[in-house]
Amino acid sequence: MNICIKNGRLVDPKNGIDAQLDLFIADGRIAAVGQAPAGFTADKTIEADGAVVCPGLIDLSVRLPSLESELAAAIAGGVTTVVCPPDTKPVLDEPGLVERLIQRAEALGLARVLPLGALTRNLEGQSLASMAGLASAGCVAFSQADRPVTDLQSLYRAMQYAATYDFTVWLRPQDYQLARDGVAHDGEVAARLGLAGIPVAAETVAIATLVELAKATGVRLHLMRISSAAGVAMVRDAQAKGARVTCDVAVHHLHLSEEDIGYFNALARFDPPLRAVSDRAALRFGLAEGTVGAVCSDHTPTAEDGKLLPFGEADAGNPGLTLLLPLVLAWAEEAGLSLNTALARVTSNAAAIIGRDDLGHLAPGAVADVCVFDPAASWTITPEAFSSVGRNSPLAGRTMKGRVLAVVAGGRPL
Amino acid sequence: MAELSVNAHMNPQLGANGKLQHLLSTEGLPLEVITHILDTAQSFLEVSDRDVKKVPLLRGKSVFNLFFENSTRTRTTFEIAAKRLSADVINLDVSRSSTAKGETLLDTIDNLCAMHADMFVVRHATSGAPFLIAEHLQRIGRDDIRVVNAGDGRHAHPTQGLLDMYTIRHYKKDFSQLTVAIVGDILHSRVARSDLHALKTLGCGEIRAIAPKTLLPGYLENLGVKVFHDMNEGLKDCDVVIMLRLQNERMNGALLPSVGEYFKRYGLTPEKLALAKPDAIVMHPGPMNRGVEIDSSVADGPQAVILNQVTFGIAVRMAVMGILAGN
Repeated sequence: MNICIKNGRLVDPKNGIDAQLDLFIADGRIAAVGQAPAGFTADKTIEADGAVVCPGLIDLSVRLPSLESELAAAIAGGVTTVVCPPDTKPVLDEPGLVERLIQRAEALGLARVLPLGALTRNLEGQSLASMAGLASAGCVAFSQADRPVTDLQSLYRAMQYAATYDFTVWLRPQDYQLARDGVAHDGEVAARLGLAGIPVAAETVAIATLVELAKATGVRLHLMRISSAAGVAMVRDAQAKGARVTCDVAVHHLHLSEEDIGYFNALARFDPPLRAVSDRAALRFGLAEGTVGAVCSDHTPTAEDGKLLPFGEADAGNPGLTLLLPLVLAWAEEAGLSLNTALARVTSNAAAIIGRDDLGHLAPGAVADVCVFDPAASWTITPEAFSSVGRNSPLAGRTMKGRVLAVVAGGRPL
Repeated sequence: MAELSVNAHMNPQLGANGKLQHLLSTEGLPLEVITHILDTAQSFLEVSDRDVKKVPLLRGKSVFNLFFENSTRTRTTFEIAAKRLSADVINLDVSRSSTAKGETLLDTIDNLCAMHADMFVVRHATSGAPFLIAEHLQRIGRDDIRVVNAGDGRHAHPTQGLLDMYTIRHYKKDFSQLTVAIVGDILHSRVARSDLHALKTLGCGEIRAIAPKTLLPGYLENLGVKVFHDMNEGLKDCDVVIMLRLQNERMNGALLPSVGEYFKRYGLTPEKLALAKPDAIVMHPGPMNRGVEIDSSVADGPQAVILNQVTFGIAVRMAVMGILAGN
């Protein structure tokens, strides 16, 4: 199908474009920018007057309890690629399971699913999963999701094996022993409310360990959902010294802090926990300067019952796919960043972390994933209207700017 | 990002009219409310000395004691207080019945609402549980039911905090001139947190916390508390010493090496008490561990007001329930 997206403000961070240009799509790929290719006839024209036309968003952390609802939520949020951690049921440690997940997602024709394969079998942290086979099946990297590898020798071997094939390992920087029993940032709010704390040291100790193991094994390391100022500083330092390490942050950590727990608001329970206001400032700065390469939604739909419990017993996380774009735009506006800089964190930078140069940009030949949004349109967050099976958000009732008007995913208009 | 802040999640214990709707914590409790509770308790104190120890304030009302965590002592004091106000008291040992069968906390509450409860007295092992109940009652349109927090996790034990304030006021009058030391396992103590907030609101001159670092939450200084690790320094010139109970299970982990070492460093002995002002009072929320946090000669000595705390506690709980029922 030939599609023309007309009169929009084309923002393509990877290629440094921010200009009013038409976009031409043919056979699932970007065909041309600006001038129509010779003999191009559009089967469909999308009028993008006053709207921004950018690469479809890439979300690096999305849980998929139900494929159809969550991938619909992705499209509603302008997200065309979701990275799914391997702690699905069953765990993604068999190539057949990965192939089936990808096929089921493709059959829906919504957002693309790029699975992370299990680093160890059943995520138990003992024996290695069949990484090469999982990669052939479509896994873009290997991860333990939120499960620890308690035996560092096993982790060392797993990293060595991954490095053999130049696979990237994506790990949560959280020492499970220091975080044990904790439910909130070990700070002033936890002290006040009598909540068991997760100290910043749980993150920094883990980063130190993981970075050292990555250096020793030569593996590429991606740290998932960093949460503290000290953590950002350590990653900055490691990158400056040439370590092959990247990291991302969850978008709610750019906007919320421990203070938003108020009096035990279970909707403000996240993993990692919302930390101090100073941590939030460092995460925002780290994302702007590029130490933190990407921002994800950490989309975690929970059943409503999971939040109707005392704070310490409630499920962590909230659905976030629908809020990723407006929350990134809000951060960019407050930080005084260009659209190019801001959108790079959910497009080209994210594609680089995954290792896919055909995604996350709009040069001819790239996969035709496009998001068209009105940057000025404001709307009120109503979790009841989320396509996701998760219907809660600590930001319910807030007014956000940035409304998705149209999405093209793999050349299909949605 | 101020405009995105979620802080609308406020303490639900005060109604829109500023009146006390539930008693969930001493934090955020206005000075007038605390003073009103303490004054009311004073008037109830003499009820307990009468031959007929009853006033009809809660006649026809049903008070449900909901103890998700066992505590015979606290439950009994609430029961006595409610009965002296002529309420019908129903004791539910939920720690053994419904939750053991898998019922959720809020399902239990819905069931009890259907039994026409007027007040829930809630003890729960998880911090914040009574807040969840209060918010749920609001959500289901039962804001006629009152909730009294009888201790939630490490968070709060507001009636204990208030009876401690009553005790201090009884013996010491002017809070602004006082130095109050809280000694022991502050990290795990809901009593300590309730005392801290109430003392701050009452304008206490100096609040001290004395404990090893393993038993102190971080950021206590930010709550207006002076932290000491050496008891001899911390007790110096104190007017009030509040000793906390040290739970036996704290000895199993890596928090403390032994009872002996703890008692040596942080147990209240006559020698250490001598560093406080000569007229200092010694308080303890009970039950005491003699020889662990307090020496018997201090516990039974002339400066201890521990049993008076228990007596005042009934009056304070009567006051809280009476005021809640009237609002």
